[in-house]
Amino acid sequence: MAEFFHTTCHLPAPLAYLLAAIIACVLIIHVVAVGALIFIWLERKVSGRIQDRLGPTRVGGAFGWLQTLADGIKLIAKEDITPKDADAMLFKLAPYVGFAASYCAYIALPFSDGWVAQHMNTAVFFILAVLGIEVFSPILAGYSSGSKWSLFGAMREAAQVVSYEVPLGMCVVVPCMICGTLNLVTIGNMQAGSFTNWLAFNDPFTFIIACVYFTCATASVNRAPFDLAEAESELVAGFHTEYSGLRWSFFFMAEYGSMFLVSGLAAILFFGGWHGPIPIAEPIAGVLVVVVEPLVNIGRYLLGFIARDIGKVTDGAVAIQIANLMGCLNFLLKGTIGVTVMMWVRWTLPRLRIDQVMTTCLKYCVPIAAFGFVGALFWQVFEVPTLNDLPSPIGINRSVAHESWVVEADREREIRAQAVTPSPADLPGESVGSFDSAAVDSLVMKGGAR
Amino acid sequence: MIGISPVSVSHYLLVGAVLFVTGAVCMATKRNALGVLMGVELVLNGANLNFVAFGSKYLRAESLGLDGQLIALFVIVLAAAEAAVALAIALNFYNNHATIDVDQANELKG
Amino acid sequence: MLLAAFDWHALFFTFFALLTCGFAVAVLFSNNIVHMAFYLILSLGASAGLFFLAGAEFVGAMQLMIYVGGTLVLLIFGVMLTAQSRFISMETRSGEWVMAIIVGGSLLFLLATAALRVEDWRSGHPNPAKVGLAESKTTTQIGMGFTGVRVDKLDPDVVGSPLVPGMSGYLLPFVIVSVHLLVVLVGAAYMARTKRRATSTGAAA
Repeated sequence: MAEFFHTTCHLPAPLAYLLAAIIACVLIIHVVAVGALIFIWLERKVSGRIQDRLGPTRVGGAFGWLQTLADGIKLIAKEDITPKDADAMLFKLAPYVGFAASYCAYIALPFSDGWVAQHMNTAVFFILAVLGIEVFSPILAGYSSGSKWSLFGAMREAAQVVSYEVPLGMCVVVPCMICGTLNLVTIGNMQAGSFTNWLAFNDPFTFIIACVYFTCATASVNRAPFDLAEAESELVAGFHTEYSGLRWSFFFMAEYGSMFLVSGLAAILFFGGWHGPIPIAEPIAGVLVVVVEPLVNIGRYLLGFIARDIGKVTDGAVAIQIANLMGCLNFLLKGTIGVTVMMWVRWTLPRLRIDQVMTTCLKYCVPIAAFGFVGALFWQVFEVPTLNDLPSPIGINRSVAHESWVVEADREREIRAQAVTPSPADLPGESVGSFDSAAVDSLVMKGGAR
Repeated sequence: MIGISPVSVSHYLLVGAVLFVTGAVCMATKRNALGVLMGVELVLNGANLNFVAFGSKYLRAESLGLDGQLIALFVIVLAAAEAAVALAIALNFYNNHATIDVDQANELKG
Repeated sequence: MLLAAFDWHALFFTFFALLTCGFAVAVLFSNNIVHMAFYLILSLGASAGLFFLAGAEFVGAMQLMIYVGGTLVLLIFGVMLTAQSRFISMETRSGEWVMAIIVGGSLLFLLATAALRVEDWRSGHPNPAKVGLAESKTTTQIGMGFTGVRVDKLDPDVVGSPLVPGMSGYLLPFVIVSVHLLVVLVGAAYMARTKRRATSTGAAA
């Protein structure tokens, strides 16, 4: 995006980067905040329907669309209380730590091919790492509240999240191993084509791994049936017993933010990311181009006085962007389905005891994940045919992609050759500001994704 | 202003030095065993920063290369192991002596 | 133009360096053990930012994951297990502070002069714009380095360049470290477990 502002709109490079960064920030914060608004409403509706109730029906029409907004206004109006025994600094900071971590992880989460705030080679790893940091929010909140219920909740949370990171990491490694990269954009694009190409259906082991991943992800974002840290039947409200008002709502923004995050990660790692089950995006985009192209041309004409070079946008670009937009909707749909399943589980299963939570992790999830990991490894090593190989592959044959690091090495060689003769676009800030360029990724991808 | 001279290895080394010194002083002055442990973490992190700086290709034309990053990873892993053992010792000490003050751990003093 | 000469690397470096150093000093001067742990989290997190800036993405993510997400959670766990009110805030004697400041200040002075003396370290990269974007793509190379082959030392311009001395990776240290880690974790779990002594009264110690 920065390149667009710089080359097309003739903005100076720092301003272009700043503008691109601000746009990315605003978009992501909308995903987190608006997502929380929608998911809280959805949760009320889902729980209502599961319990044979109606859920919210009054605020904003028959479906209670605006219920969360009304809740939010109520929360803002509430008094912000700090208990006498609390450690005031940590008590006030703790909710923001969790929200910042949840928000920060979205930096590396792609919403469509190349639609990501920061291209990262280690995106999977980064997201897991930042999710691990989120645990500090309940721990600090629980400790600093100066209440024994909060402290118990915090201890449970710490033990639970640290334990569940082990199977979670093992599950996430499997798609990375099959694709040969930690880059989420690459992993997503390798699953292009029909749903048989999705990594969950690669072999039986990856399907098991996908299930284990979802279980562990539910536990690591602290959702029922693993929400021991806020077990209201035992600990009043756990780590947020002493919180009220806006600070309390920050915990929930963080929770719903990370719920969507782990669901989105599941969608990219196991369920094809932004690719639909049947490859219909390209023909639809082809049809849409006929409609959109004249509009774009009119837009170009109108914007001509701002940026004369917008006319340089190639014709294929419109089709690609439409396909990307559809991919983004696809991805959001998949993420929402994941979140809905988490809600369904929450309102169906009873809460586990703390020893059962630990047993589930250490005696079931870890061995099953290890078993699946070894199985998937052997499946790759002996090149057992995958589901995608049985019918004639519609998308790319992923066996080409197994050697992606070799492809990347080749790309590096080319880039090094180009770097000897710097292009005029090379500016001081660029070399470090963007570690990874969209061009590199898309070229790696051109192995056949599109 | 730093913005005029490009960021070099020296700048990273300075940050590493600050981390190292604060860590070392932390180890020397803190009376809480866990505070001492935090000092050790700071020291190791300062060393790590130096390794990464020497290995970075953005800072020097002739860099240490990948060895810097590889050794930094070893340091991180060993720091985790060290923290686990030190924490176990601290908890054991706390269980047996009902204190966490390192100044009172003087049973082996002759 | 002022904006065009702006050096983003320097800006972000200054930002993260100040955070790292500032919170490290805060760890030193805070007496409350829980506040110390919180400052340590921020300091180590900011230094992960420095790793990202230096092009070591994998190490930065590793720092966040293992150090901040693992080791420090463990540390805070220890803090909470031992957090009785008399241990939360333990004052250091002022005589010790004076000694510490003198020794620490002179050590810092020594290290800083050493860091700034060497001309080769002080001058930045002659042409940072020429460093390829691919230079930060080190994840595969790190993985191969740990399994025994240094693909980064292959000559990029020769296809199928021969193996030469110095290209063996870190397979043996890697295996030793992994076994070491296992032994350490078992040992730590053994040491930290609650010991129940079978005394005549049957009291658990």
